[in-house]
Amino acid sequence: MKNNTILRTERLHAHYILDVYGKAKVIKAVNDVDLAIQEDEIYGIAGESGCGKSTLLKALAAAVEPPLRIISGRVTYRIAGAEVDVSTLTQEEKRKLRMEYIAYVPQGSMSVLNPVSRIRDTYRDFIESHISVHQKGEAFALAKEHLTELGLPVKILDAYPHQLSGGMRQRVTIALATLLKPRIIIGDEPTTALDVVVQRGVVQLLKDVQAKLKNTIVLVTHDMGVHANIADRIGIMYAGKIVEEAPTEKIFSAPTHPYTHYLINSLPKFGDKSPRESVPGSPPSLANLPTGCPFHPRCPHVMDICKQEMPGYTQVASNHKVACWLVGEGTHGKAA
Amino acid sequence: MKLFRDLLRDYRFAFAFGVLCILVAFALLSFFSPYDPSRWGQVPRDLRPSAQHWLGTDSNGQDIFWTATFAVRNSLIIAVIAGVVSRIIAVIVGMVAGYKGGTWDRVLMFFSDSLLVIPLFLIIVMMAMLIRASLNLVTLGLLLAFFGWAWDARLIRSQILSLREREFTQTAILSGASTFKLVINEYMPYTTPLIFSTLINNMAWAIGLEITLAILGLLDLATPTLGTMLYWAINYQAILLGRWWWVMTPITLSVALFIALYWLSVSISEYLDPRTRVQRVGAG
Amino acid sequence: MEKLLEVEHLTKTFTLGSVISRVRITAVDDISFYIKPAEIFALAGESGCGKSTTARIIMGFEHATSGTIIHSGKKEAKNEKVWFTEGIQAIFQDPFATFNPLRMVEQYFFETIQNYKLAKSKREAIERIDAKLRLVGLTYEDLAGKYPSEFSGGQLQRISIARALLTDPQLIIADEPVSMVDASLRMSIVNLFKQLRDELGVSVLYITHDLATAYYVCDRIAIMFRGKIVEMGTVEQVLMAPKHPYTQLLRASIPEADTAHRWQGEIRLSDTEQDEYLRQGCRFAGRCPMVMDVCRRVTPPQFDVDGALVACHLYAETKQ
Ligand SMILES: Nc1ncnc2c1ncn2[C@@H]1O[C@H](COP(=O)(O)OP(=O)(O)OP(=O)(O)O)[C@@H](O)[C@H]1O
Ligand SMILES: Nc1ncnc2c1ncn2[C@@H]1O[C@H](COP(=O)(O)OP(=O)(O)O)[C@@H](O)[C@H]1O
Ligand code: SF4
Ligand code: SF4
Ligand SMILES: [Mg+2]
Ligand SMILES: [Mg+2]
Repeated sequence: MKNNTILRTERLHAHYILDVYGKAKVIKAVNDVDLAIQEDEIYGIAGESGCGKSTLLKALAAAVEPPLRIISGRVTYRIAGAEVDVSTLTQEEKRKLRMEYIAYVPQGSMSVLNPVSRIRDTYRDFIESHISVHQKGEAFALAKEHLTELGLPVKILDAYPHQLSGGMRQRVTIALATLLKPRIIIGDEPTTALDVVVQRGVVQLLKDVQAKLKNTIVLVTHDMGVHANIADRIGIMYAGKIVEEAPTEKIFSAPTHPYTHYLINSLPKFGDKSPRESVPGSPPSLANLPTGCPFHPRCPHVMDICKQEMPGYTQVASNHKVACWLVGEGTHGKAA
Repeated sequence: MKLFRDLLRDYRFAFAFGVLCILVAFALLSFFSPYDPSRWGQVPRDLRPSAQHWLGTDSNGQDIFWTATFAVRNSLIIAVIAGVVSRIIAVIVGMVAGYKGGTWDRVLMFFSDSLLVIPLFLIIVMMAMLIRASLNLVTLGLLLAFFGWAWDARLIRSQILSLREREFTQTAILSGASTFKLVINEYMPYTTPLIFSTLINNMAWAIGLEITLAILGLLDLATPTLGTMLYWAINYQAILLGRWWWVMTPITLSVALFIALYWLSVSISEYLDPRTRVQRVGAG
Repeated sequence: MEKLLEVEHLTKTFTLGSVISRVRITAVDDISFYIKPAEIFALAGESGCGKSTTARIIMGFEHATSGTIIHSGKKEAKNEKVWFTEGIQAIFQDPFATFNPLRMVEQYFFETIQNYKLAKSKREAIERIDAKLRLVGLTYEDLAGKYPSEFSGGQLQRISIARALLTDPQLIIADEPVSMVDASLRMSIVNLFKQLRDELGVSVLYITHDLATAYYVCDRIAIMFRGKIVEMGTVEQVLMAPKHPYTQLLRASIPEADTAHRWQGEIRLSDTEQDEYLRQGCRFAGRCPMVMDVCRRVTPPQFDVDGALVACHLYAETKQ
């Protein structure tokens, strides 16, 4: 593969290590994840809630804080042609990279916007802490220009966050995150709990931004419809692992992993009222993972070997890899 | 019981609890005192600590060890009365204001705000001077209780206000819960840590204020409390005259009491904090 | 026709802002609809269009400014919540907020039974609880002694439904029960609604902005926009052949899980809710691609278009 991988993880394990009255409790939120995310691509991550999507994003954004810890593996960025291991960066270097190189929009848009200051002040603080502006008006002009460019009304600069609707707040947050034209934007469920019309507006904004900056977006959402509309490639996550990865069309037209099957086929469609089945059972506890393939307690095709050993990745087509015994033994990635 | 075992694992709690137990046991000794605390001149004056008088005697002719047992007991009585009564007022006012809202809220908060803005200390001193003749342990406790609830009522009110908006309030109403049950079952678990930690803080405050009032000579000086012991020691210039055993006894006891109460309050409220509690429940 | 719940000319106004810049918003503006026994009725529309307010009024958590609610032929009586909560139960949006995190979930079950006097002994109570939990695919053992944080979101939502079923309600109000759960749980919950309707004859007022699941489980649907019902009819009529321009926009905004049908073109979003609430005439006029002069002056009445009710001037020729 030609090397325009901008964001890479290698056998990444990230766990929450909690101290529950003297007993350590380990929540294995990310297990053995290999990603190679390209430049100028929208990479979608899907999976049911609690499967570790947000945790993976925290690791990607170098926003790992206790109790979360990187147990093994590494995350690398490609900055100016050179691969940089994130763990070697100092706090100051990370702070500089954040927003200028990589922008992270965490779950829940209010967290970024200060509830007691106007949007304009949030913008000003943000601009002043990252670029040296000389005149007072300069930052404001920059903010205005940026909003207009993204098609957002300029009058929201005078509003407080609580005066804006959820969808508008979400778009302001995204606008803010893209102000410095970062090479990578990481969005965690930016449209969840928004209604369909607003969701479409937010997706539209993300797409516009990506088209303009030609950068990389990593997008987490459990709404397969959103993925179908925006993502170039999709990774399906289950119990902390990427169990299938393929270009979006392939995921929808030829889902291969039994879990992906359920995910795609359980979606209701207009004009079709035939009963749809959801994934049986409930998601595994990440503190107490099943042995072998983590999906085996819920899988209709479970075999003996599934209960004992984790399957490795099998390349079923170019760009399409699956970790399932049904498809093959796989080459690497047999997690301990 | 599980709660208590969990708490004991916190060394601060274990220490504070131990100290408090010792102090309470010490106070209970007063029931076996060979001397009457209200009578003076029962023993020779100003003796250094000795085998016969473990902590020496004072210039009033009282045995310091045995007087101190009464002092701790009485100070604790005042603190408990002040703390418990003011908690009851604070909880009722806070919950009614928070849950009922509207006029109830405005009227009740007007009262508590009034108490908050007046210079509390001056008022208490004035009140103490006015009712000095009838000021015994109980009335002093009630006096302090009357002035000690306002801030905590406000805290409880704002907590109830936010709990009222949570969805589980609606679940409880749909389950047929009456307002009373709602408040007791749903909100109490959240307010209990607040009530506990403010109870302990309030007791410490009451003990401190009692000492202050006593040093100013505003209390019944014949009843031994930590405050009146200090009053007499200061009055007889015990420090200048080198009678350290007389001064150090109430000071050491007060400091031990304050520290024990403080650590108790910190560790209990940390333990009962709903956020950490939810985590623990989840981890369980 | 037998009707389980009738909402007539329901209106609710809120006053916002300070004394100086006071704005009155009609969050629910003269809406009427009914729900039949054993029917799933959807109330759909974007955020802030008044869905929750309507639900809260029906549940008695909010007082209507005007209008009436008739339940099984009985009018809503002030201060008389008994028939209300027994016959109407509710489940909420956030499964994790539905139960107090500091209390065991089973306590809500026992309290419901106690408060409504549904059982004579503890054994009888447990039997009843177990029976209701089995309806949602759980058992009393799964629940005993556990706190909300020990369940997943989907389980909690099922538990919440089981609790609502304890009083044998005729109607369950579900305010966005699936918007915070992921796609696979979504289906298990709406499938449950279906099962309740078909097997127990329970009606559901399904409030949502997820039109795909609404199409999948509902019989009839009302589309709300800024306090008004703009289109109402069977799901086939409203969702397969939307007539109101707003319904058409909604329908087109659903992301289809099909890469061949990606969204085409750009849409305009409202700048602020308030402006649209305060608009004269049709409240959608600011964003409507078909807007006409009359729209900005006159509030469109409801027209009957092939059996569906549509509030739009485009259909003025058809009979009112
Ligand atoms: N208690 C209230 N005081 C003032 N305004 C309110 C109140 N409750 C709702 N509103 C306003 O009424 C309108 C409708 O609100 P409602 O919450 O019922 O909408 P909704 O369709 O349920 O939205 P969402 O999908 O976001 O839950 C909104 O503009 C909201 O700001
Ligand atoms: N700060 C935290 N402390 C402890 N556990 C956490 C924390 N954040 C997330 N987890 C746990 O990690 C797992 C994965 O969480 P998350 O990545 O947020 O999942 P998703 O985004 O897919 O819903 C869950 O079991 C969650 O409870
Ligand atoms: S490996 Fe086995 S259990 Fe896992 S998904 Fe494949 S068939 Fe199912
Ligand atoms: S009444 Fe006019 S503005 Fe409103 S939806 Fe119909 S055409 Fe559009
Ligand atoms: Mg998440
Ligand atoms: Mg709502």
